[in-house]
Amino acid sequence: MNSPGTAVVVRDLEKRFGDFVAVNRVSFEVKRGEIFGFLGPNGAGKSTTIRMLCGILIPSGGAGTVAGLDILTRQEEIKANIGYMSQKFSLYEDLTVEENIDFYSGIYRIPAEKKQARKEWVLQMAGLKEHLHSRTGTLSGGWKQRLSLGCAILHEPPVIFLDEPTSGVDPISRRQFWDLIYELAGKGVTVFVTTHYMDEAEYCDRIALIYRGELIAMGAPADLKTEKLREDSIAPSMEDLFVSLIEAHDRDARPQEEVRR
Amino acid sequence: MLVKEFIHIFRDPKMKAVIFLVPVIQSMIFGYAVTTDVKHVATAVFDLDNSQASRELVARFVRSGYFDVVARVQNEGQVRVLLDRGRARAVLRFNQGFEREMLAGRTARLQVLLDGADSNSAGIVLEYSARIAAEFSRTVLIERSARLAGAFRPPGGVDLQARAWFNENLESRNFYVPGVIAILVMLITLMLTSMAVVREKEVGTMEQILVTPITPGEFIAGKTLPFALIGFVDVIVITAIAVFWFEVPIRGNLLLLFLATALYLMTTLGIGLFISTISQTQQQAMMSTFFFYMPAILLSGFIFPIANMPESIQWLTYLNPLRYFLIVIRGIFLKGIGISVLWPQLLALAVMGLLTLRAAAGRFHKTMA
Ligand SMILES: Nc1ncnc2c1ncn2[C@@H]1O[C@H](COP(=O)(O)OP(=O)(O)OP(=O)(O)O)[C@@H](O)[C@H]1O
Ligand SMILES: [Mg+2]
Repeated sequence: MNSPGTAVVVRDLEKRFGDFVAVNRVSFEVKRGEIFGFLGPNGAGKSTTIRMLCGILIPSGGAGTVAGLDILTRQEEIKANIGYMSQKFSLYEDLTVEENIDFYSGIYRIPAEKKQARKEWVLQMAGLKEHLHSRTGTLSGGWKQRLSLGCAILHEPPVIFLDEPTSGVDPISRRQFWDLIYELAGKGVTVFVTTHYMDEAEYCDRIALIYRGELIAMGAPADLKTEKLREDSIAPSMEDLFVSLIEAHDRDARPQEEVRR
Repeated sequence: MLVKEFIHIFRDPKMKAVIFLVPVIQSMIFGYAVTTDVKHVATAVFDLDNSQASRELVARFVRSGYFDVVARVQNEGQVRVLLDRGRARAVLRFNQGFEREMLAGRTARLQVLLDGADSNSAGIVLEYSARIAAEFSRTVLIERSARLAGAFRPPGGVDLQARAWFNENLESRNFYVPGVIAILVMLITLMLTSMAVVREKEVGTMEQILVTPITPGEFIAGKTLPFALIGFVDVIVITAIAVFWFEVPIRGNLLLLFLATALYLMTTLGIGLFISTISQTQQQAMMSTFFFYMPAILLSGFIFPIANMPESIQWLTYLNPLRYFLIVIRGIFLKGIGISVLWPQLLALAVMGLLTLRAAAGRFHKTMA
């Protein structure tokens, strides 16, 4: 389960909130340096899965490793080896850009001699040099997202988790953001990203579709399309692909549900 | 973490006001308002006798400084109106024949009608009246016996000379202002800490923090030390107001006061943090803070002496950090007593401070839900 080529491995990962099963026995692997897209409609369980991988939610069942560390026992070590961008913008809006960066450098324990270099790298990457002393709350959406990403990777983690990093951001900023993701992946960083945008799914090396807590499809975007093409013999768009996968899943699942009742 | 908390506080102008202006204003208001001294009681005189003796007695009431004659009334109806409207809180009533009775050697009657709605002050007014009347009759007696030319020596009588130690003039301000320091600092530190963590939960920054290698200890330190410092500054500011403005004497050791403050702040910060770990929203935190704060004040001896409470409630007050700190701060201000007397209180505060901080740290997990 711990081969050197994989960044994330999960087996039968499960999360219940009371009776409600938010993530239902999900298994997958993410290779090192891969951009792995996690797709699914609202409430599918994407954020819940990411939170379990990041060590802030305790799984109800199953097992897994992130960067070779067990998600059930070594959460704190995992936290030092990953970057995380939560779905909600979560930098301090009353702090300036620089203060936010300094704050995260502090809690990620960036050694003093590297601090300045990392800060400059982030500012450069996010294009925020002129806004060093602006309050973060006054920045526009695209800048905020890039700054969040910057703060999440100050400590140069080998794996990063991005939960809907581009929601509510204009198309140009989204494109810029994806350029950054590619740049990181090019350096060997594993990127685990969730999204609602179908065009973004195409940018991923591999995608997994999660629906009502269950993993219903996984593979390279092109392969998934080819499979579908074989059934219907019309070239599907990504969107068509997902809608039909979900519908097919509902057809299969409904009889079972009735049996259960 | 530390730097960030300070920036949060100082960047928010409302926060700044809460921290520095509020204690100043409140200690001023409390300093003037919180006093149980009864002085200048609005008094009406209903004198049906209008004799030399009755006028002399009224004059004595006025000279005492406790009574101000605000009205002279002629009939029962007016008495009622004055008391009902609160224009007078006491009425001195002399019936016809007051002087005649006295001259005849019988006991003359002075009636004192009181507004008993505030039973505490009414009791005090009554006591003053009794004292003044008793003194009056004593002098009358002495005069009269003197007139009888030595045929009768006045009885010695007992003159009660009460002298209150520590607060010689029984100035209630001296008693209350140190207490005000304690309750204001508690309010401010409780509010700040309980809000500090919950705000991060609400805004969503908490989740981001949880996914970092920060240790619970660092987090708690970041969320308490800035507020501890603010608590200290507030104590110093209010103490300065107490000493230089209200001229409350400070007889004890300032260093001891600071030590006690440090221990006390540990308890309030610990409780504030604890509240913030069990609350999800700022409203919840606010409610919980007041749930704790109101009984803490009522059961601290700040207003109502603990010795007058039912025994079961007295036991409850042992859980109240404010109770101990009040004893300490009043002891230091008024009595100038030192650690040799106050150590049990200091120990209690230290234990409670450690326990609450531990409890808060224990409740703080680096996972959600
Ligand atoms: N703490 C919780 N307690 C109870 N239910 C929860 C909790 N967190 C999430 N859920 C439920 O679990 C389900 C999955 O939530 P999750 O946030 O993982 O969805 P998501 O795929 O990220 O959706 P979105 O695209 O809206 O972000 C939802 O139905 C949600 O209501
Ligand atoms: Mg989500």
